[in-house]
Amino acid sequence: MTTTARHHAPGTEHSGAGAGAGATVQLTGLHRRFGATQALDGFTLTLQAGELVALLGPSGCGKTTALRVLAGFETVDSGRILVDGVDQARIPAQRRDMGMVFQSYSLFPNMTALDNVAFGLRMRKVASQDRRTRALEQLDLVGLAPEASKYPHQMSGGQQQRVALARALAIEPRVLLLDEPLSALDAKVRVQLREQIRVLQTRLRITTLFVTHDQEEALSMADRVCVMRAGQIEQVDTPSTLYSAPATPFVAEFVGTMNRIPGTITDDGRVSLLGTEVDIRTAVGSGGGGRASGTPVDVLVRPEGLAVTPSPQGRGIVMTTTFLGSITRLGVLLDQDVMVYADLSNAAVAIPTGSAVEVTLTERSVMVAERTGERSATEKAPTLERPQQA
Amino acid sequence: MVALVESPTIFDTEDRLARPPRPWSAVRLRNVAWWRGIVLVLTGAFFLVPLFAALRFSLENFTGGLTFSAFTAIPSQLGFTAALSLSVRLAVVTTAITLGLMVPTSVYVHLRLPRLKPIFDSITIVPIVIPPVVLIVGVLQVAPTFLKSTPYLLALEYTILAMPFVYRSLDAGLRAIDLKTLVEASRSLGGGWRSTLWRVIVPNLRTGILSATVLTIALVLGEFTMASLDLYQTIPVWIYQFAQDDGHVSTAVSLLSLLVTWLVLMVISSFDLRRIRRMAQIRRGA
Repeated sequence: MTTTARHHAPGTEHSGAGAGAGATVQLTGLHRRFGATQALDGFTLTLQAGELVALLGPSGCGKTTALRVLAGFETVDSGRILVDGVDQARIPAQRRDMGMVFQSYSLFPNMTALDNVAFGLRMRKVASQDRRTRALEQLDLVGLAPEASKYPHQMSGGQQQRVALARALAIEPRVLLLDEPLSALDAKVRVQLREQIRVLQTRLRITTLFVTHDQEEALSMADRVCVMRAGQIEQVDTPSTLYSAPATPFVAEFVGTMNRIPGTITDDGRVSLLGTEVDIRTAVGSGGGGRASGTPVDVLVRPEGLAVTPSPQGRGIVMTTTFLGSITRLGVLLDQDVMVYADLSNAAVAIPTGSAVEVTLTERSVMVAERTGERSATEKAPTLERPQQA
Repeated sequence: MVALVESPTIFDTEDRLARPPRPWSAVRLRNVAWWRGIVLVLTGAFFLVPLFAALRFSLENFTGGLTFSAFTAIPSQLGFTAALSLSVRLAVVTTAITLGLMVPTSVYVHLRLPRLKPIFDSITIVPIVIPPVVLIVGVLQVAPTFLKSTPYLLALEYTILAMPFVYRSLDAGLRAIDLKTLVEASRSLGGGWRSTLWRVIVPNLRTGILSATVLTIALVLGEFTMASLDLYQTIPVWIYQFAQDDGHVSTAVSLLSLLVTWLVLMVISSFDLRRIRRMAQIRRGA
């Protein structure tokens, strides 16, 4: 990291408290409507200094709008945006001191990598030599110093996004905004770059808001993940909490793969499914707890919470076998056309598709949600006829 | 099933797939090339024969011999230098006004009013369909008083006349870049609107701007009707008037103006050509 003095956008009062350590961001009660679409509906989120928060959600949930509002590219109908306690309402985008990396390649095509990185410093009237030194430092930081004289069209997509990251970091922003910066890259480069971003962000302690629709990206990079739906926040939590204790059925099914298996509340307040009775760990969604005996519910079980054993009398039929590297995921069709997925270690998989199997629960407590009639969080059961069992 | 197997269509398809490429395809290609050659010769003749006739006429003396006297006499002809100077000044001023107005407008429309683009597309066509005399009257209604008695009034009229071509050139240039992202990237880095326009948009719009410049200059140097109606002696007007005194010199000037205009356009185009070649070299090097 450079040791030279920080240069902020002209006309910006910088609080100083967050200098070099990121700023605290408070988004409070943001509302934004585009025609008939309510993009943000009471969106409230706080980012602590140096924290990386991922906005995760399906397309059209408002995550990019939230980021653009913070960047100053969109206005809000109501609500407040505070950065280190300073209201940003009247501060234009160019004075907000926020570095941004875009989804599409956003390098200026007429400039070399070095000039691109130096652009923000030039706008801050940093002296030519200092500008060059600092731009080279940033390029070095992302491992692209040897490519300094190349134009964007001479670089690969991954290199361009790294230059874009260096360009955003060169101005030593108070907040770093990442708008799906990895979505245009191939899988391998994506993994490399996301690790690089995380390392740099942790090292520089820049408060970062990261928009993505890729849950793997969000869970692997973020300190906290904010799951959004229809302009509202469903849950903000650490990745592990989101996975293990989702607050709503939507979060449960959006984060990771989740099976939805029909069950029934028993007399003693437990739940019965797959021929066994287990405790209710969490009742997600409205009215989760205190259900009357006999109430039909959906039990939410992760694929790793199910065990599959070959059995001629089994009630399930293996429909799909998907190799996922360290594990294999079996798709099993149960009674009532319920499709469930179970993860098995590769060593344990010797069950061909079409086999009759018994599916059992390995967890002693489960999450329950209201019965929706939807069969699976991820996919509907294929409309295939069940093979005749011997 | 049987019917399908016996179907002659299947045998026909297999037969066609198995057959080598038809030998007559080369003949057909030759035919196409032949027709292309005919079209090229006819088009070339359409443009070059009048030019050759004009050159021949301007080089002829009274006895039927060849002489350059019509060309050498041009600079000393009454009113020529003034007309040339006026045309050049009008070309410069018109280009400056047109680009100064149209670059920010086109950028603004693309960025902020994309839904109104079809309306702008229609509006910018209007100068082509409106008669020049109507444009002149319209400009006279709105032009500042101090301009009405100067030849620069023509620059305003030419600006309107050039608008359809300039707008389309810039529009094509703007469509070729990711304008919104570039502008937002610049602004997030602290670039104001002027810096963004000057350092980011204009350099990436270079091809569009050059083509707009070429079209504007060509239009101004060749426009006759408006200058004639406004009673200003630009080069086309001078050529027309002088043709009644000396047809040989007038034709020589026409040819020279054509040549000079062509050279100017080549020089302007070469700016972009050089950049394209440099890029290609860089690409090959990479």
